[in-house]
Amino acid sequence: MSQAVVAKLKQEYPAAVVDVVEHRGETTVTVQKEDIVAVCAYLKNEAGYNFLCDLCGVDYLGVEPRFMVVYNLYNIATKERLRLKAAVAEQSCCIDTVTGVWSTANWHERECWDMFGIRFNNHPDLRRILMPEDWVGYPLRKDYPLQGPDRQPYQGRLS
Amino acid sequence: MGVDLQENVALTAPQTVKSNVLGDNIITTSLDKLVNWSRSRSMWPMTFGLACCAIEMMAAGAARYDLDRFGILFRASPRQADLIIIAGTVTYKMLPVIRTVYEQMPEPKYVIAMGACASSGGVFDTYSVVQGIDTALPVDVYIPGCPPRPEGLIYGLIQLQEKIMREKNSFGAAIGVGEVVPG
Repeated sequence: MSQAVVAKLKQEYPAAVVDVVEHRGETTVTVQKEDIVAVCAYLKNEAGYNFLCDLCGVDYLGVEPRFMVVYNLYNIATKERLRLKAAVAEQSCCIDTVTGVWSTANWHERECWDMFGIRFNNHPDLRRILMPEDWVGYPLRKDYPLQGPDRQPYQGRLS
Repeated sequence: MGVDLQENVALTAPQTVKSNVLGDNIITTSLDKLVNWSRSRSMWPMTFGLACCAIEMMAAGAARYDLDRFGILFRASPRQADLIIIAGTVTYKMLPVIRTVYEQMPEPKYVIAMGACASSGGVFDTYSVVQGIDTALPVDVYIPGCPPRPEGLIYGLIQLQEKIMREKNSFGAAIGVGEVVPG
């Protein structure tokens, strides 16, 4: 079923789909970040993926583009899942918000912004959600020191 | 069984209690001791839990361990609390809240750092966790453990009671003469 969805998606947005990976029954579609809202809206309205389970960031430090935003979609009616990924470069660290498609994306995107510093364009309320409001830096980035910027890098428990 | 109440037990009126039980005896104590005693025997902790230590704290307050028998009743308002038990991991995001709660408590007030996280940050040696609540509040008693069992918390509370009993000039400070000398 998800193969059919992916085929349709490719037909509908041939320029948007970059890569499709099928692994152990899980389908992952990588798309261009410029088309993320259109693809998400299509998947929700036409393919029935009416629930955004999770939205998170990934930092592939040393790889270009550095970041990836991952959308885990779920079709409640058919109980099928689909994973969407969109690469985000460090230089233009932003992607359009999908809060207009699934409103649950609001807090997920805030978390992604808080932890990775990926800006979500047109987000209604892009504030930090986990860290204190005056926090500097994005803690889940791979180059963020584990014990905080004002301490020596981690050298075992007794450092 | 086989006891004939009517024959063996002579029902007499109970002896009336003497009006002056103590006779000529008197008890002397210092006012400091009296104040310390009343404070240490009615320590009311703030209902404030942060992590898994709070589960043990609740267990200590519940029927099996029963903190009430020490006069320790959890109060839901900092304005009625004498003691705050920092029960769990303190994050930098939570720290301003803890400070506010602590500042709302009336004097005299005491702090117990319960468990490894509140004492030192514990296993969470990371950017987001305060490495010991003593960086922000004056801690009276540290309780080790991860989390400490209710017995451990009770032992720490009794240590605090003994510490309060050692305080000097607590009466004087209460009427505005000088400061309390901590025990």
